[in-house]
Amino acid sequence: MENHTLHPLLGRLSLDAIPYHEPILVATFTMVVLGGLAVMGAMTKYRLWGPLWRDWVTSIDHKKIGIMYMVLGLVMLLRGFADALMMRLQQAIAFGDSMGYLPPHHYDQIFTAHGVIMIFFVAMPFVTGLMNYVVPLQIGARDVAFPFLNNFSFWMTAFGGGLTMVSLFVGEYAKTGWLAYPPLSGILASPDVGVDYYIWSLQVAGVGTLLSGVNLIATIVKMRAPGMKLMKMPVFTWTSLCTNVLIVVTFPVLTAVLAMLSLDRTFGTHFFTSDFGGDSMLYVNLIWIWGHPEVYILVLPVFGVFSEIVSTFSGKRLFGYTSMVYATVVITILSYLVWLHHFFTMGSGASVNSFFGITTMIISIPTGAKIFNWLFTMYRGRIRFELPMMWTIAFMITFVIGGMTGVLLAVPPADFVLHNSLFLIAHFHNVIIGGVVFGVFAAINYWFPKAFGYKLDVFWGKVSFWCWVVGFYLAFMPLYVLGLMGVTRRMSHFEDPSLQIWFQVAAVGAVLIAGGIGSMLVQFYVSYRRRDALRDVTGDPWDGRTLEWSTSSPPPDYNFAFTPRVYDNDTWTDMKRKNYLRPVKDFVAIHMPKNTAAGFVIAGLSAATGFALVWQMWIFAVLGLVATVGAAIIHTFNYKRDYYIPAEEVVVTEAERTRILEAANV
Amino acid sequence: MPILLLLLAAVCLTGCNTVVMNPAGDVASQQAHLVTISTLLMLLIIVPVIALTVLFAWRYRKGNTNAKYTPDWDHSTQLELVIWGAPLMIIIVLGLLTWISTHLLDPYRPLSRIDEKRPLAADHKPLVVQVVAMDWKWLFIYPEQGIATVNELVTPVDTPIRFKITASTVMNSFYIPALAGQIYAMPGMDTTLNAVLNKPGTYEGFSANYSGAGFSHMRFKYHGMSTADFDAWVAKTKAGGGALNRADYLALEKPSEREPVRRYATVENELYTAIINRCVEPGSTCASQTMADDAARVRAVTAKKEMEARICTPSDTYAEAKQVALVSTPRKN
Repeated sequence: MENHTLHPLLGRLSLDAIPYHEPILVATFTMVVLGGLAVMGAMTKYRLWGPLWRDWVTSIDHKKIGIMYMVLGLVMLLRGFADALMMRLQQAIAFGDSMGYLPPHHYDQIFTAHGVIMIFFVAMPFVTGLMNYVVPLQIGARDVAFPFLNNFSFWMTAFGGGLTMVSLFVGEYAKTGWLAYPPLSGILASPDVGVDYYIWSLQVAGVGTLLSGVNLIATIVKMRAPGMKLMKMPVFTWTSLCTNVLIVVTFPVLTAVLAMLSLDRTFGTHFFTSDFGGDSMLYVNLIWIWGHPEVYILVLPVFGVFSEIVSTFSGKRLFGYTSMVYATVVITILSYLVWLHHFFTMGSGASVNSFFGITTMIISIPTGAKIFNWLFTMYRGRIRFELPMMWTIAFMITFVIGGMTGVLLAVPPADFVLHNSLFLIAHFHNVIIGGVVFGVFAAINYWFPKAFGYKLDVFWGKVSFWCWVVGFYLAFMPLYVLGLMGVTRRMSHFEDPSLQIWFQVAAVGAVLIAGGIGSMLVQFYVSYRRRDALRDVTGDPWDGRTLEWSTSSPPPDYNFAFTPRVYDNDTWTDMKRKNYLRPVKDFVAIHMPKNTAAGFVIAGLSAATGFALVWQMWIFAVLGLVATVGAAIIHTFNYKRDYYIPAEEVVVTEAERTRILEAANV
Repeated sequence: MPILLLLLAAVCLTGCNTVVMNPAGDVASQQAHLVTISTLLMLLIIVPVIALTVLFAWRYRKGNTNAKYTPDWDHSTQLELVIWGAPLMIIIVLGLLTWISTHLLDPYRPLSRIDEKRPLAADHKPLVVQVVAMDWKWLFIYPEQGIATVNELVTPVDTPIRFKITASTVMNSFYIPALAGQIYAMPGMDTTLNAVLNKPGTYEGFSANYSGAGFSHMRFKYHGMSTADFDAWVAKTKAGGGALNRADYLALEKPSEREPVRRYATVENELYTAIINRCVEPGSTCASQTMADDAARVRAVTAKKEMEARICTPSDTYAEAKQVALVSTPRKN
């Protein structure tokens, strides 16, 4: 790169960076622009800009931020899945003389973007959104510990995702695989801006994730309702606590390793280069020290989701609460001791490999205990097969298969023949789709009535469910077989025609999953249209067991008029049994945090700084950094951070709820 | 349905061309065997779990009012013991299997057998092949034969082979599924793979770690033949002429795709060592040299400090104690 002279203002950015010669990208861009204009036009017509800004963008209400996280996850899912479809199509047709429709230059960006987006901007926002929405309600709190920080965290994540999306139309994305191993991601092999987009979008989003972790830990530790001892917390809150501990401990590692990579790329240091004492294997170790716990960051919250759902829909207390909690804690600790199983083939000694193989297997013991606990919660229950429970059963059956292949990959000599193969791809999609994605969909169907006041349509929910489940098996079982046939991952072209049929079956599976995603969007739309018929007036549509079901759907801004007292794990069930009477008088004013635009502004400035750094626009980068820090300092002088909801307003809100409940005769 | 699919997969494993499960080399055979054993061991618990999930889901459905319903039953010490104990037992067995097999099948460990029936003497001499993963082709150097090839690997069957593996620019993974498991090829580093092929034939070899634009075609044919045929092939290669010296290597190193097979009758001395030490280019300093220089410099600095300590320290006994400590600390270079 040194032979390039940088433009003093624009750095590396020039008109050449716009991929107007790529028809696929031009078409995508046109669609995005037209769609964007349509949405903006509609918003202007219905005068929605003001409400959007006041009620959502600047909101520090954990419920709204939770919903925004879920929307972010959903939008990015569409992008990440479009990448998946393109890959499946390419691999289904690129055999022999046919090179498919994607050159390696494009294909390699797609699989990188698919991985990064699905993990960082789909799965992470989904689980963070769930934790944000549900945890304060489950522990009887009015918001998280640091409401402003929560808004800021969300916008950092969203702008990080935005920076990734910008790479689609300005410049290009990394062609390195989702973890960007050097030396391939180093300046010599990847001189373009792709890896820089990768680095800076993750740096921006990573700050958001880390701060959100700090926030939720503080919330769970300090803001539980009186009586809710640690061992009386709902299991979802427990898994959230462990997840956020994982986040706080591991995300700094990611930040540090990416910082070192960017120093290598930009300033010629030699942390991970092949020369002058650099060691690329150090990067591989560090990134997996973050990367393996990250897997548990995604899956632990959904373990909590399943615990809540199995217990609710079996109409039974959760079997083995204590062992469930200990299993979660053991998984949390062990998840730090297994990272090397991602690269047994690096050539560590047999004792090192065995150690990490065996620690990995040990994780399957608490995980297995969890599965059994759900199983025995169903035992002698009265199981209602509503949508959340259907997703849970699909999870239990699918996840154990993924778990089994995972333990198989933990045996180092077996890993030597299966590493980097499509067997590995099948395995981790088996646990991430069968675990995290099914769990998130179970959670969406479960808590949607709480968030919006009406249930989701069952018919379209079932269509989506079956498309996803059948689609998943069709898409990924062939990959297990292909892995055993010695087919490796990240290939854009094949010579052996006997493999093609398996890829074609997988492509059909991917199309079915597309049907599943489409049906889910239809499900949202139909449910919105039928919202009066699907209305949840009681606030407790599933005969729930935890505190979030004790308040109205959707909950008032303040969640609970009076902080509840907790006597039992299944607090709400306990309250219902003791014929709990909802307080209807003696309301007092409620102290609440106030909305602010600071989070949005600071995060936007950070992302702009990131963009400037990607293109080495040094002047703008410095200005951006100064502006970011300046905005943060200015925000500290904002003393109008709170307000009181007057008692009269609480009286009105609660009286309305009383009226609705009486009308419904509950 | 998943069980059906699993069955389907199992049927396929015997029918399809699953080279990983039906390889031609002893190491890969043992690895495939391990895959089977581990899977069966885990099915001991996976099958009951899936069966119980389906059974409980059906039996305790809301419509079945005959089934027992105990809404407050949430603990059973006996069940907890089974829940934790059963997976524990399986993991203990699998863990033992892992420890033993990982050591026996350590790619660095010299082979102890040609196949199940033919053991090897501890002092056997394997055929050495030096492997260099390049953008995007494979270079094989036979130091004992003094020949080299590009994108073609030939070895005799039933002969232990020791691959020494490195890469020119980025990381790759050297993998011949029919022969043995893979191992990374990394620039500036040297990994080892011991393997043996038992059936003559032509097999596929490739990079199993994504390495950039030409990755999909970074493949080579691996020919296993009798010792006599191998010797004839070596003789033919030697007779074919062509030399691989440093300048040729630097030209070859430039990124290219779908390179045709090339053979070299001679190879410049110590080329592989120079590649690992990243000093093929004339005038460049070898990494080993830099490390040695660094070590020498550190030694000199330490010695100087030692001297100063001796002069400046008021107490001689202290200086002596320190000197003893310095001398007795083994220093790694």
